[in-house]
Amino acid sequence: MSFLDVKDLKIHFPTDDGLVKSVDGLSFGVERGKTLGIVGESGSGKSVTSLGVLGLHKGGPAKISGEIWLDGEELIGASAEHVRGLRGKKMAMIFQDPLSSMHPYYTVGHQIIEAYRIHNDVTKQVARKHAVDMLGRVGIPEPGRRVDSYPHEFSGGMRQRAMIAMALSCDPELLIADEPTTALDVTVQAQILDLMRDLQREFDSALIVITHDLGVVAELSDDILVMYAGKCVEYGSADDIFYRPEHPYTWGLLGSMPRLDREPTERLMPIKGSPPSLINVPPGCAFSPRCPYAERTGGRAETEAPLLAETEGGHLVRCHMDRTERRDLWENEIKPVLETQ
Amino acid sequence: MTENEPLLSVHNMEKHFPVTKGLFKRQVGAVKAVDGISFEVYKGETLGLVGESGCGKSTTGRLVTRLLEPTAGKVFFEGQDISHMSQGHLRPLRRDMQMIFQDPYSSLNPRHTVGAIVGAPFRIQGVQTEHGVKKAVQDILERVGLNPEHYNRYPHEFSGGQRQRIGIARTLALKPKLIIADEPVSALDVSIQAQVVNLLEDLQKELDLTYVVIAHDLSVVRHISDRVAVMYLGKIVEIADRKQLYSSPMHPYTNALLSAVPVPDPRAGRGRERIRLTGDVPSPLNPPPACRFHTRCWKAQDICKKVEPPLEELAGGHRVACHFPENAPEPAKAAPAVPAQE
Repeated sequence: MSFLDVKDLKIHFPTDDGLVKSVDGLSFGVERGKTLGIVGESGSGKSVTSLGVLGLHKGGPAKISGEIWLDGEELIGASAEHVRGLRGKKMAMIFQDPLSSMHPYYTVGHQIIEAYRIHNDVTKQVARKHAVDMLGRVGIPEPGRRVDSYPHEFSGGMRQRAMIAMALSCDPELLIADEPTTALDVTVQAQILDLMRDLQREFDSALIVITHDLGVVAELSDDILVMYAGKCVEYGSADDIFYRPEHPYTWGLLGSMPRLDREPTERLMPIKGSPPSLINVPPGCAFSPRCPYAERTGGRAETEAPLLAETEGGHLVRCHMDRTERRDLWENEIKPVLETQ
Repeated sequence: MTENEPLLSVHNMEKHFPVTKGLFKRQVGAVKAVDGISFEVYKGETLGLVGESGCGKSTTGRLVTRLLEPTAGKVFFEGQDISHMSQGHLRPLRRDMQMIFQDPYSSLNPRHTVGAIVGAPFRIQGVQTEHGVKKAVQDILERVGLNPEHYNRYPHEFSGGQRQRIGIARTLALKPKLIIADEPVSALDVSIQAQVVNLLEDLQKELDLTYVVIAHDLSVVRHISDRVAVMYLGKIVEIADRKQLYSSPMHPYTNALLSAVPVPDPRAGRGRERIRLTGDVPSPLNPPPACRFHTRCWKAQDICKKVEPPLEELAGGHRVACHFPENAPEPAKAAPAVPAQE
């Protein structure tokens, strides 16, 4: 069993319009010292998953089922108070928008000290010293002075650093970063990605990075999970996903991005249509209305939901086409177009 | 690129926003959002404008469409000086010069139907159409890939990508010559981004449009542009042909930007040496003197703190503002003399 093991996680929200199946049967695991990247478009359920793992849906309207094992302990059945005790100490989160996820009335230092003292029985002075240390570790200049600054006095990059300092202050074993660099400029993004990589090595934590940016995932992840409409459509090592992808949705994502590391293309190859509403997920394969190969399945794509099946050494794909056909398409039709561009 | 007269040309354009304080709004400083930039846009081409937040790229877009009035300098559209033209005189020109906005949610009036939104330019400009406004609007909707039967729907009934198409349809209504697109795809999902980028390219071919595309995403800009200008703190630091700029960038900042973009290729990404810029972009309220990039530049020397490097043409069509450019053509540019010490 991995350090974090999620089995058949379902998070459904009842609404007036129907049941929203934000996460619908998701399983994955992360070891300490390893990074899992979760990729998907908006509404694919990636953020709901992360909040679910942290137990932040408890007490809300969400209907949650499945199992979440963290270091041998099951969290879905655990009480809200118990999970609250783990949050911050054992698992922590870095949110996308540091300005709206920090309290504007309190200094940055105050917010780090508060979190640290909840989990550690220390005096304010000791905690303050720890906060200064952490701010210095994440590369904030003059941490001794900056600890008394308010979030609005920080730039975007510094706020994200402070946020990381806060998340790491209790040395969590599981760290979830939800779009950690989306709000940042590209040069600052590069600094934060380097920082996250260095800190993970130092703290030996399990890291989950949630993002829509395939570049960010490629830089950080060991394993990658591609989500579509609340389900995992492809899972594998970074090499599997980038060099041997087998799901048409993954192909579509790769073809949609203009790339700096290749010769410029004449045209991008977008995926047609737009992501489905999670209230009315298409029957059968959820991706079938947008899939250019749906007719190859002889009608099965519209009626029968494909299963997530292993193709080779831990590489999982949810697709009706058989493996040789997918391999063939990738090698002969998709890859040449992506690479000769 | 054509050799004819530029469609849009900008000379030493500046925009300073006053910073006031106290009851009497005493001016205590100025945000130099755009601080003396010059460039031309030729008919049929796409100029990309890239830079990080706060570099003045959006302000530039608003200045050339005259949604803002420049503090100094000149803007010429088809040879006509529009830098201080009155709103009344500008109105007929607005037909030829349109803007696509970033946020497809806030740039469409939620209480108007798609028909009303896309038809508004016809009414405002008093344009007569052969088969009525409705027919004209439906033609445009079809052209941007929307169902013409959705004429009577409201913006909230559409997805983000479709809304951006509505914005593009409105822009195209009067067949403009120049379109300024301010972050046209950054609010969209990856797969939808590609659809809109392809649409913009198709429309350019069909309708012979000229674009200025403002974006922070270097890969999107490379894909869509013929020429690219890189901005830093209100200045253009480098402007060149797309190919030259991306394959042999001369300004250290351009180099740093390019090397900072994460590459969707795990093996290449791991082995890559990245230029690490330290710190954040300084505040445009109080930008560093002389070369504005010297506080973050690893090549900076004394002269960079004292003398502002001019934007000079170092290769055909490749202009750069740096004392120590990289990839400079032979004969290597001699290092400029450091002014005598005081």
